[in-house]
Amino acid sequence: MSTAVKSSAPREGVLRRAQELAPEIAQGLGVTLAIAAATTVGKLVVPVAVQQTVDTGVLAPGGPDVQRVVVLCAVAAVIVLLTTVTAWVVNVRLFRATEAGLASLRVRAFRHVHDLAVLTQSGERRGALVSRVTSDVDTISTFLQTGMLVLVLSLGQVVLATGLMFFYSWQLALVVLGCFLPLVLLRHRFQRPVAQAYAAVRVRMGEMLSAISETVVGADVIRAHAASARSWRTVDAAVEAHRKQAVKAQVATAATFSSGVLVSGLVVALVLVVGTLLGMNGDLTLGRLLAFLFLAQLWVGPVQATAEVLNELQNALAGWRRVVELIDTPVVVPEPSRDRVRELPAGPVEVRVEDVGYAYPGTDRAVLTGVSLHLPAGSRTAVVGETGSGKTTLARLVTRLVDPVQGRVVLSGVDARDLPGRELHRRVVAVPQEGFLFDTTIGENVRRGRPGSSDDDVRAAFAELGLGDWLDGLPDGLDTPVGQRGERLSAGERQLVALARAHLADPDLLVLDEATSSVDPATEVRLQRALEGVLSGRTSVAIAHRLSTAEAADVVVVVDGGRVVEVGAAGELVRAGGAYARLHGAWAAGRG
Amino acid sequence: MSGTFTTGMRTMARGAREEPRLFAVAIAGSVVYGVGTAATGWLVGRVTERVVVPAVTGSAGGSVSTWDVWLAGAALMAVTVVTVAGVLARRIWAGAVAFALQARYRRRLARRYLELPLSWHHAHPAGRLLATAGSDVEATWQAMLVLPFALGVVVLIGVAAVAMAAADPLLAAVALLVVPALVAANVVYQRRMSPRVTQVQRLRGEVSATAHESFEGALVVKTLGLADEEVERFARDADRLRAANVAAGRTRGAFEPVIEALPSLGTLAVLAVGTARAASGAVGVGDLVQIAFLLGLLAFPVRSFGWLLSELPRTVAGDARVQAVLRESATTPWGERHLPDAGAGPAPLATTGLSYRHPAPAVDPLAGQRRHHDSGPTPRHEPSPALADVSLDVAAGSTVAVVGSTGSGKSTLAGLLVRLVDPTSGAVLLDGVDVRELAEGQVAGAAALVPQSTFVFDDTVRGNIALGLDADDVPPDRRVGDDDIWEALRLARADGFVAALPNGLDELVGERGSTLSGGQRQRLALARALVRKPRLLVLDDATSALDPAVERAVLDGLAASGAGTTVVVVAYRPATIALADEVVHLERGRVVDRGPAEEVAARDAGYRDLVTAYARAARDRADEAAGRAGRA
Repeated sequence: MSTAVKSSAPREGVLRRAQELAPEIAQGLGVTLAIAAATTVGKLVVPVAVQQTVDTGVLAPGGPDVQRVVVLCAVAAVIVLLTTVTAWVVNVRLFRATEAGLASLRVRAFRHVHDLAVLTQSGERRGALVSRVTSDVDTISTFLQTGMLVLVLSLGQVVLATGLMFFYSWQLALVVLGCFLPLVLLRHRFQRPVAQAYAAVRVRMGEMLSAISETVVGADVIRAHAASARSWRTVDAAVEAHRKQAVKAQVATAATFSSGVLVSGLVVALVLVVGTLLGMNGDLTLGRLLAFLFLAQLWVGPVQATAEVLNELQNALAGWRRVVELIDTPVVVPEPSRDRVRELPAGPVEVRVEDVGYAYPGTDRAVLTGVSLHLPAGSRTAVVGETGSGKTTLARLVTRLVDPVQGRVVLSGVDARDLPGRELHRRVVAVPQEGFLFDTTIGENVRRGRPGSSDDDVRAAFAELGLGDWLDGLPDGLDTPVGQRGERLSAGERQLVALARAHLADPDLLVLDEATSSVDPATEVRLQRALEGVLSGRTSVAIAHRLSTAEAADVVVVVDGGRVVEVGAAGELVRAGGAYARLHGAWAAGRG
Repeated sequence: MSGTFTTGMRTMARGAREEPRLFAVAIAGSVVYGVGTAATGWLVGRVTERVVVPAVTGSAGGSVSTWDVWLAGAALMAVTVVTVAGVLARRIWAGAVAFALQARYRRRLARRYLELPLSWHHAHPAGRLLATAGSDVEATWQAMLVLPFALGVVVLIGVAAVAMAAADPLLAAVALLVVPALVAANVVYQRRMSPRVTQVQRLRGEVSATAHESFEGALVVKTLGLADEEVERFARDADRLRAANVAAGRTRGAFEPVIEALPSLGTLAVLAVGTARAASGAVGVGDLVQIAFLLGLLAFPVRSFGWLLSELPRTVAGDARVQAVLRESATTPWGERHLPDAGAGPAPLATTGLSYRHPAPAVDPLAGQRRHHDSGPTPRHEPSPALADVSLDVAAGSTVAVVGSTGSGKSTLAGLLVRLVDPTSGAVLLDGVDVRELAEGQVAGAAALVPQSTFVFDDTVRGNIALGLDADDVPPDRRVGDDDIWEALRLARADGFVAALPNGLDELVGERGSTLSGGQRQRLALARALVRKPRLLVLDDATSALDPAVERAVLDGLAASGAGTTVVVVAYRPATIALADEVVHLERGRVVDRGPAEEVAARDAGYRDLVTAYARAARDRADEAAGRAGRA
């Protein structure tokens, strides 16, 4: 099951690979960062203006030099305005480039999910895959669009501010650095418990939502057994646990944040004290001292922000890695290389299964062993066996949803691995047990079987399956909305639509995997009759859950413990008194 | 916008009233922070004027001692420490208020979910109800994290304005121009940004929904060779999201630089005007520094207004959904009558003219404002009634099988019999009493339903079967002990697999516990019903996942247990039907026929068709085969 995402690749490899996958991001990045660097100069305008105003304006020999200060401030204002515009340009360039890159990354990841073997996409994995193309990509964009910029700008700002501080007074500069550096170093360490506290909040949140979901999803059972008191207790406990943990995390962030406020207050006090003492010795002008008050503030923002940004960087790298790993997961059912591509000959498909063995990836337990079968073109085959005997795997091998570990599947003389997937799946159609429908109308769902077909084609597909009456019985007919996953229809009705969809696809090999298991008996029998007509001129394989299907087939294949134990016509097998005869006996008894 | 602001602030006020103490501490902390920050600016000005300037320029006689310098530093530190205490209190208690409110509303919602009638539940998608308790509640109170800060900033601006004006009114006026400019920038930004953010969120939802649906249907996509079409569909969504993100980025990318430039420009103006005022002797360097420094201190906190403004629309939307549930007036009106206790033997059951129509799917309270991304087309026609004029009479202790094709109304009938929903018209009489006249808990005490799909709670086997009946506050005569549970498990033929679980009754099953097979889940649900020693047992296709032999054993066990139970069973299998005293054939919500199985089979072709479909198909085929053989 865990073929989709493997252990982590080295960091540089991940970055290089991501750059190959989303080249748009790097386009013009150099220019963008250069403009960003130039923009940081704007941050020094105010401290320099304060220094100049005080030292050469207000305290100018012979009284305040108003004109000089006005000119100075006007020039400074122009610089501020210019850097405002360049900052905007930087942002827009960054947004354009990263969004273009991430959109193509999303689409590539999406395509790859469909290329991956279908059997890896069940249950929890599906939610994880959706987050690969949504939130994981979003963490990357959050970092690239805000974090990365903040990091670059902060670094520029801190370097410039520090440089200017040393130019004004190295002693005072050391005082400021002495205050902030420990904070920078400690901050990084603080960040870990904060991140852990929030991870714990997310866990509590999940537990709480699952407790609340029981009151919604289990409402019928709770009502039927008057069990609401139990649910109150469960919900209250989970809600309270979440609240406590959330407050705990809040205390952790508050402590981290206020340490920054404390240090910046300390810096102001120390700058005034040490600066004044230096000034008394004549080592520092008043303007420079006061400029320090403003320069030191340039450290506060970056210090507060960097810890968070580094956290974001971790998230982005993790997200990036997950997306790249998904895209780099080898496809279990690869497309044939160009020199091997063959075409599937026209007409009903002949199926040869040659000494096939199969085990799920990552496991040694064989699901199928040494299976050989020959299904002539146009024949009708039923596969029967207990749950877990390997019938469904056999169906997946024949439709090339998986490739055999050993042996080969040959369709009309061509190794299934040499057929391009799209071509293969247009001609070889499987109807799985869970008739998944898209959230649209019945008509649109069936039309997906053969894109571009008309309403009449769709209606004809139902009619030929003997389902015209059912369709006519629906007030909205083909326009009946099916809801998410088709849930507005019953399980049996979903299977009817899925069958019509497969029929419209007009396949040369049709594989039915318990495709009518939820249909009521009368309808099912009718459907079986209709299918017999529809299937003439095609090859069909039916994984049967009821032996009524087997009785209608030309050949019955009995699978047990991953091996084919019997092959033959239903009547012969009953008379033979083997595995099939036993299944048949139990079934006939239950039938009453 | 102003409507949103007023509505949102009204919600915040309600929250403050509901958590007055926590809110008061948060506000007190924030006021300390506001006053402290303003005081820092004022103090920096005073220290500059009285200590720094004389000391450095040697003016005013150079009477400043080293002691004075350190004293000034200590004063600044003292103010800082008080301010930090305020910040800590503000942040911690703002969180405490917000999370306490979230918890309070989640508890209220969960209680409401438990109280509301099932007909209401059936009309509301579970996903949306869950989102209301999760993200909508969170969205409602997120603004509470910012509100105390924003109120503290109002105090900060007020105190700072007074301090500036005291230094020099003209200079203060110039400096304070920055505040309305910042507020205006924030308001304009929120106003322009909010539709863009909404658009981005909507498109993000669509991208996610498309991906989710496509991955969920991956098998179909693969088996029909639809991957290219799906990639195209997704690429369209992804590109729309890209365009919306860039549009939002263009606005956001302008805001940050502007919001940083405004205080800088203000400071430059203060420096220019201040130098002119200094030339005329109106202000000193200290006043100039105080005002410029305060302006710098204001730049960051003023953003809190923007944060608050950006949270309020989410507050309004979230609260609308939450209130829609809390204000929901639908209730299950309970009566006052009581039934005899469990020992009273099987209960007779009757229905008179029972009809039921499924409620129309509920509309999202915000549907008018934004499209819910995950809803497809809606039906145009009102569906026909699920049940129409169903009258039944089930004698105490007898077994009745309800038979019908898919969608004939069998499950609806089962739900009505144990009052999961109330009929549109007609009545259900349990032991001769209309179930609507019975007091709360009475129906559940006498009748048990085992539904078609089994819900397993995230709990132990014991918890799943007792469902609270093992709690200490349950009266002893109704309390369920382990012996009762084992007895029920035996009857449901579930004792074997439960005993084999590593922790037996204490094994965690359900969502995060061990996974059970469909048949095991059904037997657990059966035991859950049987442990209550019901006088009426309704099995809604509840043995479908059991193999025929186990089903027979379970039903035989029931009959032999002697406790005496009236049983209504929804079934297809001839073997199950054979156990019934009477069958009821239901089609399209109406009773087509009823009576002993052989009699109904004799006169009702539809029933025969349904029950004997498989046998008949097999016979036909055998005949055909025989015919072919005969001809050959």
